[in-house]
Amino acid sequence: MDLSSISPALLIASLMVAATPILLAALGEMVVEKAGVLNLGVEGMMIMGAVCGFIAGVESGSPWLGFLSAAVGGAAMALLFGVLTQVLLSNQVATGLALTLFGLGLSSLLGQGYVGIKTNTLGRIDLGPLTDIPFFGRVLFGHDPIVYLSILLVLGVWAFLKYTRAGLVLRAVGESHDAAHALGYGVRRVRLMAIAFGGACAGLGGAYLSLVRVPQWTEGMTAGAGWIALAIVVFASWRAGRVLAGAYLFGGITVLQLNLQTAGARVPVELLSAAPYLVTILVLVLISLRAGRGGDAPACLGKPFHASS
Amino acid sequence: MIHLERRPTPSRAWGAASPLLAVALTMVAGGLMFAALGKDPLEALRTIFWDPVLGEFAWYFRGQILVKAGPLILIAVGLALGFRAGVWNIGAEGQYIVGAICGAAAGLVFYPTDSVRIFPFMVVFGAFGGIAWAMIPALLKVRLGTNEILVSLMLVYVAENLLASAAVNWLRNPDAVGFPGSRNLARWDASANLELIEGTGIHWGVVAALIAVIFAHVMLTRHLMGFQVRLAGASPRAARFGGVNTGRLIVLCLGFSGMLAGMAGLFEVTGPAGQISIDFASGYGFTAIIVAFLGRLNPLGIVAAGLLMALTYVGGEAASANLGLPSAAISAFQGMLLFFLLAVDVLTNFRVRVGKGVAA
Repeated sequence: MDLSSISPALLIASLMVAATPILLAALGEMVVEKAGVLNLGVEGMMIMGAVCGFIAGVESGSPWLGFLSAAVGGAAMALLFGVLTQVLLSNQVATGLALTLFGLGLSSLLGQGYVGIKTNTLGRIDLGPLTDIPFFGRVLFGHDPIVYLSILLVLGVWAFLKYTRAGLVLRAVGESHDAAHALGYGVRRVRLMAIAFGGACAGLGGAYLSLVRVPQWTEGMTAGAGWIALAIVVFASWRAGRVLAGAYLFGGITVLQLNLQTAGARVPVELLSAAPYLVTILVLVLISLRAGRGGDAPACLGKPFHASS
Repeated sequence: MIHLERRPTPSRAWGAASPLLAVALTMVAGGLMFAALGKDPLEALRTIFWDPVLGEFAWYFRGQILVKAGPLILIAVGLALGFRAGVWNIGAEGQYIVGAICGAAAGLVFYPTDSVRIFPFMVVFGAFGGIAWAMIPALLKVRLGTNEILVSLMLVYVAENLLASAAVNWLRNPDAVGFPGSRNLARWDASANLELIEGTGIHWGVVAALIAVIFAHVMLTRHLMGFQVRLAGASPRAARFGGVNTGRLIVLCLGFSGMLAGMAGLFEVTGPAGQISIDFASGYGFTAIIVAFLGRLNPLGIVAAGLLMALTYVGGEAASANLGLPSAAISAFQGMLLFFLLAVDVLTNFRVRVGKGVAA
C-alpha cells in the first residue's frame, strides 16, 4: 500500500466536497427537528433534488437553474410530507418512510431518460494567487460556490436560531407546541415553513451529488446519504456548528476509504465501502453513551399537534 | 372553513374502509401518472390488476403472485408487530440479506451431500442470521437508548456490502470460473425450495408466511404478550405503569421480525432467486413496510395487503413487457399507495366538520 499517494491538502479539499451534500441535508433537517418535526424522508427529498436538478441542468444547460429546481423539487416533496403530517395529522415516522420510498420510485421514473448523460457542472471559483498558496490555497480557496454557500448557510442558520425573534419562535414551537400555540404563534405555519426549508436544503444536497460531485444521474445515487444526514443531526445535538463538524467528519471517512481503495489497501473493498455506515452506527452509540436517554432533542420532536385537543 | 374534530375513539368503519379508499385513490392517481407517461391509463390498470388474476394467462401469473406475496407477508407480519409496539425496525432488508447468507453458507458446508435434514438446518440458520442482525439495533436500543431506526437502516447498507463480498469471495461457486455468485441452491436437491403443489407457486416460504400470520394473530388477540405489544404502542406510559418490561418487548419485537425476515431471505435464496448473487437484494424488506401499513398492522389484513402488493409487482412486470411501462413507475405507484393510506387515516381518528368551528 502506498500511503504517500494521499496528499493531505487534496484530502481535506475533497472531503469538503464529499461532505457538502450531507451537510446541506443535515442542516435542513436540523431546522425541521428544531421546530419539533421528525422528517425521515430526507433520503427521498435528496434523491428528488438530485433528479430534478440534473434534469433542469441538462435541459437548460445551466447548473444554477438546476440547483434552483432541485431546491423547489425538494421543498415540494417536503410540503407533501408537511400537509400529511401537519394538516392530516398522520404518523410522522410512517409518512417520512413513505416519502423516502415514493421519492426513490418517482426519481428513477423521472430520470430514466437521463442515465449516462453528461451535463455542465459548476466550475471552481478561481481566486488567482490565493489558490496558489501552498496547502491553505487548495484547502480554503478554489472550491465551487455551493461549498461556500453551505458554510454560509450554517452560519445563517446558527445566527437565525440564536439571535432572531423568528428563530426563537421556531425553537419555542419545537420545545412546547402547546405553549407556543397559547402565546398565539401559528404552530402549523411555522412547522410547514421549517419543513419546506428542510426539503429545499435536502434538494440542494441531492443536486450537489448529481451536478457537481459525481456529476451524473444514476438510480438510487444518494445511497443512504439522507439517512446519514439524519444521524448527523443526532450526533450534532441539534447545533448548527456541530452539524458542520459532523458532516466534515463523515466526508473525511468517505474520502479516506475511497483513497484507501485506490491506494490498494489490504482491506476488503466491501469493508471499506461499509465503513461510513459502520462509523455512523459507532457514532450513534457513542452519542447515546454520552447523552443518556432523550439528550438534547427538542421536547416536542415527532409529536403531532392538533389545536383543539 | 373545514376543520377536524378528534373522535373519542377511532372509527371502526373508517378503519376498515380507509385501505380500500386509499387503493381507489391510488388507482386514480396512478392512472393519471400512466396517462402522463403516454400510456392508456385504463389499459395499464387492467394489465396490472385484472389480467394477472382473471386474464388469459392468469394460470401463469397466479403462481407468481404467491411467490412474491410469500416473503412480503412473512416480513410484514414481523414488522407490524414491532410497529404496533412503537419499535421501528426498518432494516428488514438487511435482516433478509443476512438470513439468506447465513442459511446458504450453513447449507453449502455439506455440499454435495444429500440429506433431508439439510434444508431444515438451513432454515434454522437463516432465522438465526436474521435474529442476529436484528439484535444489533435491539441491544443497542435497550442498553444505550440508541435510535433503532437509524441503526437498523445503516445495517442494510452494511448487509449489502456483506452480500457483495459473499457473492464474489467466500461463497462464490468454485466450479464457475470467473463468475460471481454462489452455487445454485435451487438445483441442489438437498436445499431446493421447490413448488410444493405444481402451478400454484406455493413453496415453503408461503407455508411459513401462513403459519406466521396465524401465530401473530393468535398472539395479538389471545396472549398477554400481544396485549403488552398493543399497550406499549397505544400508551407507553400506561405500559410502564402496567409493569410491561419495555426492554424485553423491544428485543422480542426486533428478534421476531428479524427471524421472519431472515427466513424469508433463506426461502428466497433456495427457491426463486436460486443463489447468493450481488443483486439478490430486491427491496422486499422495504416494500414489506408498505404491506404492513396497508394491512393496518393486522396479521390478517397483511395477507390481503401482501397479495395486492405482489399483484402490483407481477402486473407491473407484465405491463413493462407488454406496454413498455417503466418498472420504476410501479415503485412510485407503491409509494403513492402508502401516502394515500396515511392521508385517509385522518378519517379514522378525526371527524371532518364543515362550517364555523369552535376551535380553529
